[in-house]
Amino acid sequence: MVKVMVYPPTSMILADLVERTGHEALVVSKEVRKKVNTPGLDSPPLNMTPEDPKKGLKYAAVDVPSGVRGRMSLFGPMIEEADAAIVIRNDDCTLGCTGCARTNELTRFLLKTKRIPLLELDYPEDEFQAKQFVHKIHEFLEGLN
Amino acid sequence: MIRIAQISCGPEYSGVQGELEKAAEMVGAELIFPEVSLEDVRNVEERFGIKVASGDLNLAMARATRIVENPDLADAVFVATCFRCAEGAIVRSEIRKYIHENSRIPVLSYSFTERTTAETLLTRMEALVTTAKFKGLLARERQTGLTAGIDSGSTTTKSVVMRENEIIGTGWVPTTEVIKSAEAAYNAALESAGVKKEEIEGLGTTGYGRHLVGKHFGAKLIQEEITVNSKGAVFLADAQKGTATVIDIGGMDNKAISVQDGIPGTFTMGGICAGASGRFLELTARRLGVDITELGKLAMKGDYRKVPMNSYCIVFGTQSLVNSLSAGSRPEDVAMAACHSVAEQVFEQQLQEVEVKEPVIMVGGTALIEGLPRAMEQLLALKVMVPKYAQYIGCVGASLLVSGLVED
Repeated sequence: MVKVMVYPPTSMILADLVERTGHEALVVSKEVRKKVNTPGLDSPPLNMTPEDPKKGLKYAAVDVPSGVRGRMSLFGPMIEEADAAIVIRNDDCTLGCTGCARTNELTRFLLKTKRIPLLELDYPEDEFQAKQFVHKIHEFLEGLN
Repeated sequence: MIRIAQISCGPEYSGVQGELEKAAEMVGAELIFPEVSLEDVRNVEERFGIKVASGDLNLAMARATRIVENPDLADAVFVATCFRCAEGAIVRSEIRKYIHENSRIPVLSYSFTERTTAETLLTRMEALVTTAKFKGLLARERQTGLTAGIDSGSTTTKSVVMRENEIIGTGWVPTTEVIKSAEAAYNAALESAGVKKEEIEGLGTTGYGRHLVGKHFGAKLIQEEITVNSKGAVFLADAQKGTATVIDIGGMDNKAISVQDGIPGTFTMGGICAGASGRFLELTARRLGVDITELGKLAMKGDYRKVPMNSYCIVFGTQSLVNSLSAGSRPEDVAMAACHSVAEQVFEQQLQEVEVKEPVIMVGGTALIEGLPRAMEQLLALKVMVPKYAQYIGCVGASLLVSGLVED
């Protein structure tokens, strides 16, 4: 069992595919859940505080916008933990945690330069491509064993 | 309850969403988020004219179109993106322009960091709520009865007494202890007007110390500077109808306000550093060994191009000042370079955030430093108007507005 980070890190479909093959999916919902379940934090709706962009300084310099650093405080630890990654290239209309293009670029860059097994794919546009998409992911995940 | 539509990208992830909500609550408003569909976000380019890489910015533009198409959804709009985000700054500016051009809803534009607090936003939110809530009062063009205003600023405290649309007394003292300074300025204004405190029918206060001073004197109106300065500026410049741009370079911060029929439309308040404020000019006057009231006249004889000066940061600005004097620059050139540098910071950092429409009215004590409006004219390539009593703008606006409350 290896820890696989999926990109977009909000993708429940990718997380499901990862977990079906017995691996652990690293997704942002788990990071957010930790924040929501930890008492004492008070910045709705995600319970992020001004301390989070400071934690993000580990991944991006102080002159990087606070929204990027705040998001990196969620994604950064996942990238560090990842043993493998699946990255979808033409993800369409991402919002919220993945609503900032600069953060997304940095996340993809850090995953690529980590030198871990990495599968990059385009988002499928029809049924045939979708089947191939699932097949390639399955093959990649099986190979991690 | 005033509804402020929040159109933003990044505050939740900067950990400041709670601060935005707190600031809105402090001024009796609630933040709302205009609902849009995923299709609205996907097709934002068709309706707004641009689509960008960041999904949350596309969502912000979709929300802006929703507000313009349904103006009853909100009383005011707060547009905010992360400080230092180029994509965010472009979209924020375009959203502000779009709402300003396509609706009559007041807009506040702001870029935040994780250090943004509710207190920082308070004056801005207060102005936004006042503009939305008291349109009737703000439409007032004449001062009636016998009223007074006190502007408790960071550097100076000013006061005026007005009777039937005329200024009949003024007072101006440096701000030391807030209450004592207010008393001194108010007494001076009363004395020069030849009236007793008891005769005043209504008092309005503004400026940093407005709450403390207002409470002390039992003021009928306690109002932030953006609203009263707009009102005072168009009153003194006789520009109550149509468009106007008000620029107030203060001792601690600057305001740039785009006004329509005497009511603030879009505005910015801030300044990166004291290098872009009256403080730097005060420091320059001290270093040149002249009184601040003489700095402007000196500057008018100088040429800013002969002295390289950048007061983006007051420390670097001071360094330029010292270096140029050590290198033998003429004091008049240094004085004009300082004025030009301050005007340039305001031009670059704030005037890009509002619609600059004529007449351009410069107000506040710094407007009397002749080199500063001259430098602004050079940068804007427009005539800049400095009305009589420009330094009393806040108290004139407060005195004018409070007369409306007295009548009511």
